[in-house]
Amino acid sequence: MSWQDAIPNPGALAVVQRNFGVWRKLLLPSMLGNFGDPLLYLLALGYGLGHFVGHMDGMPYITFIASGIVASSVMNTASFEGLYSAFTRMSAQHTYAAMLATPLRVSDILAGEVLWAAIKGLISAIAIIIVASFFGAIQGPWVWLSIPVILLSGLSFGSLALVITAMARSYDFFMYYFTLAVTPMFLFCGVFYPLHSLPAFAQDIAQVLPLTHAVALMRPLLTGQLPRQVPYHLGVLLLYTVIPYLIAWRLLVRRLLR
Amino acid sequence: MLNPAFLELKHLHKRYGNREVLRGVDFSIPAGSCYALVGPNGAGKSTTVRAIQGLTPLDGGEIRMDGQALSTLGAAGRARIGVVPQMDNLDPDFTVEENLWTYGRYFRIPKTRIRQRSAELLDFMALSGYARQPISALSGGMQRRLTIARALINAPQLLLLDEPTTGLDPQARHLIWQRLRDLRRQGTTLLLTTHYMDEAERLADQVGIIDQGHILAQDTPRGLIESHIPGEVLELRRLDGSTPDPENWHQQQVALSERVGDTLICYGQNLQQVLAHFVHNPDYRWLQRPASLEDVFLRLTGRNLREDEH
Repeated sequence: MSWQDAIPNPGALAVVQRNFGVWRKLLLPSMLGNFGDPLLYLLALGYGLGHFVGHMDGMPYITFIASGIVASSVMNTASFEGLYSAFTRMSAQHTYAAMLATPLRVSDILAGEVLWAAIKGLISAIAIIIVASFFGAIQGPWVWLSIPVILLSGLSFGSLALVITAMARSYDFFMYYFTLAVTPMFLFCGVFYPLHSLPAFAQDIAQVLPLTHAVALMRPLLTGQLPRQVPYHLGVLLLYTVIPYLIAWRLLVRRLLR
Repeated sequence: MLNPAFLELKHLHKRYGNREVLRGVDFSIPAGSCYALVGPNGAGKSTTVRAIQGLTPLDGGEIRMDGQALSTLGAAGRARIGVVPQMDNLDPDFTVEENLWTYGRYFRIPKTRIRQRSAELLDFMALSGYARQPISALSGGMQRRLTIARALINAPQLLLLDEPTTGLDPQARHLIWQRLRDLRRQGTTLLLTTHYMDEAERLADQVGIIDQGHILAQDTPRGLIESHIPGEVLELRRLDGSTPDPENWHQQQVALSERVGDTLICYGQNLQQVLAHFVHNPDYRWLQRPASLEDVFLRLTGRNLREDEH
């Protein structure tokens, strides 16, 4: 198996189509989650907590937090899809085994899964953007530009999740990833307060985490400003896509082709 | 005269750690014929099927399909193969027809072609009335038929079936056998693994008996029986379960016999003498029958239980 085999073929889109087909059947509960959860967060944190906080970083707290929730929801949605849903397809339903009996290769399946995780992240982000714009918490001319950033963030969280899935023996394993990676990023990467309020060493740690860079790009775009250091943030997210993708591919080849 | 080999397996070797699961598997299947690989659990049947699909990297040997090495064909080779896996892996979230459509997309078959072919295949597998049903509404036998229909979506030249009728009722098995014979007549090359000897006997042109990673014997079903079991079979048991014919009187009459638990099994052309000796003894139960592939199988692979599943 050479590294060239890690490059996916267009067949990966058939994997995305398959997942989309299943998602469409469960549209209603899925959409309820996509719209309902951020609405609750916005009301509770934006209005409730925002009443005491007032402004943060020069904007109303509900505006500050809305963009943070968009970024963290991309992380949560893409991670969940790449962990629990992908593991179900691989282990419980043997969907990967069925796919490997066709011309699809491991890289096609992996790329399809990562792309689908990113699309689900995008769907949840768009739902939040719609809800938050009713509160005036998302605005400005650059909102459209956030879509490629959201997709790239989704690709990186999806790739990371699939590394964990490729190693997992059971669903319990995913708790490590949530407790050690997803929750710390949710709390320390600028979703709820600006990074500069952290001590210097914590800021340094936050700089190596992908959610920090997703927030750094999305918050300005969703609040009418242009982000700074764009190539740097995009570069980090790109590295967090490509390297985990290659690791996940290696692990899945070892797991599925025995 | 047989057609040239469509699938050739040459000296396949596969090792997991210290365990050698394939130790020089060799056989070939002429185009348009059916080969049955029979063997106990853990003999190497599924590993052989996985190797043909390119899912098991080999430690040695080569597989050629239609004259070309499968390892160089890669995904293009799999486009010409249909697979009925041992474990059902239909998509539980889709209906019957959606399962076929989705699977067809993995082969990048155009949508209109998939729809047309799906309808034909559901008809072929007697599932037309169930096109819009969820998978959960199907019985085990119907799910199996759908899995076979799905494996045919790409009109494969080679169909691999890994224990296709395990766990099915006789009606379902007979329908599947009928369809597999239809496919063979239409020119599809079939490779079937099974541990049902009657299945191999009814379907296969050639049977290979595999154990501990290599082929012990291969021939036509009749050829295997004739070369390993001379004539008929007589089974003798006693009502109280004690040893039949403890004095080994039967050995004066038959050259080949064996004792299995409470049963004495005699093989031979002329078993009348043995039968006549015991038939009037009310203590004895007996069964006289033609030799079957199962007798060959048990003689070649032994009678020990195989608990190892893979």
